[in-house]
Formats: sequence, structure tokens, C-alpha cells
Amino acid sequence: MSGASNPPPKPPSADDDAFKRELVALIPHLRAFARTLTGDPTAADDLAQDAMMKAWDARASYQMGTNMKAWTFMILRNQFYSEKRRSWRQSQLDQEAAERTLVAVDDPESPVALDELRLALATLPEEQREALILVGAGGFAYEEAAEICQCAVGTVKSRVSRARKALQATLEKGGYARDGRAAGDAMRSILADADRLSSVRD
Amino acid sequence: MTDNSNPPGKPPKGAGLEEARLRQQAIGVKLRHMFDEVVNEPVPDEFLEILRRADKRSADEGGA
Repeated sequence: MSGASNPPPKPPSADDDAFKRELVALIPHLRAFARTLTGDPTAADDLAQDAMMKAWDARASYQMGTNMKAWTFMILRNQFYSEKRRSWRQSQLDQEAAERTLVAVDDPESPVALDELRLALATLPEEQREALILVGAGGFAYEEAAEICQCAVGTVKSRVSRARKALQATLEKGGYARDGRAAGDAMRSILADADRLSSVRD
Repeated sequence: MTDNSNPPGKPPKGAGLEEARLRQQAIGVKLRHMFDEVVNEPVPDEFLEILRRADKRSADEGGA
């Protein structure tokens, strides 16, 4: 576009530098959140890059010192749903995407349980999945998750609670098709694996 | 951490609740692990490259 009116010249970009440093530090978290939303590593990185650039372009509207993580997560989430509305992919692809994601994890130590968890997550309604991920994995408080999802705190709480129950039920019953493995195996391996992870951490 | 034997006299309902709590806890540990796995992946160069170009662009526009 040929600018008839240029924006006023920006002051020296000390603010930009600080913003950029904070944004760069958030990239790994944006990628992780995007991965849980899309279930597909490539689509996730596209989404995370879009969100990163949207945040960068909107940096003038961000107040330094406020919660930048929640702010960028909200941008990413909005981007995801607006692209999804433009039918980026159909919901029936969710299951396939989940399968691809677990193939993409290249960790010899990666236990079966993690795959089971991914598949079970994919069976949750989207709003429950994102609420559980934000609170249960991303470390956000209910209030922050509500801000990101632009809904009431009580709504987030009930979504997380329903997600937890559904996830446990799915893992115990084996409510998804998977190599005809016996029901209950997923939960057993998750319990064993969580034990292993906890002892590694301690 | 896991003790599957019910103490004598303890009502099975309490044991069931305790078991459910343990399972939720285990799911939570796995969820965080799944998320952290991606967080700990190296960030593809593309991200920093895109940001660097955008930063340069705005510096050119702002400073020129």
C-alpha cells in the first residue's frame, strides 16, 4: 500500500527489544499449546508462527509487565479458531492427527502410556481439552485460563473437571480403538509411568 | 506411593476415592510431561528468522 499518512515515527526500540526477548522466551510454550490444539506438529508450528507475528504486530497494545504468556496464548487460540472456521481441517481429522503426533515423538524412552493419553485427549470435546491443557499442563490458574478462553472462571472449572473425569473413564475403559488392547491397560501403564516420572523428578 | 492393599476396617468407598485421586494425579503428571516434551524441543530456526525479519522491517520503517 502507498502510505498517504505514515504512522508517527516510533521512539527508539528499547521497548521492542524487551518485548521481543519475552516473546522469544514464550515460543516453546506457544508451540506446545499449538500442538495440543491442532494435534499435528506441522500445522502447530504454522499456527504458533502466525500467533507470534500477530503478537509482534500488536505489541503496541501490550502493556509490559502484564501477563504476556496468557496474552499470547489468547492470540494463538483466537487464531486457531478463526482459521478453523475457515475450515482449515475437519474435526474428523482429529483422530488421524493424533496418530501422526504420536508417531512423531521420537523418544526411545517414550512409554506407551503417553500415546494412550494423546489418543484419549483427542476424544475430548475441544473446549474441555483446551481447558484441561491450560490448567493441567500449562500451569495456568483458572482465572488466567478463563482470560485466555474468554469465558467465566466457573466455566473453566467445570470444563476441567469434566475433562478429567472423561479422560480417566476413557483410559480405564479403553474408549478408543487401539490394537485390541485389553481395557484398563492404558490406565495401568499411566500409573506405572507417572510413578517412574515422579521418581526421576525427585 | 501406591498402596493397593485396603487397610482392614477401612470402608471400600474411601479406598475407591483414594484410588481415583491417585489416578487423577498420574494423569496430571503425564499431561505435564506431554506438554513439557514439546516445550523442551529446540525451537526451529524459522521462528527466530521470521521475527528477525519483522523486527528489521519495523526498524527500517520507524527509523528511516
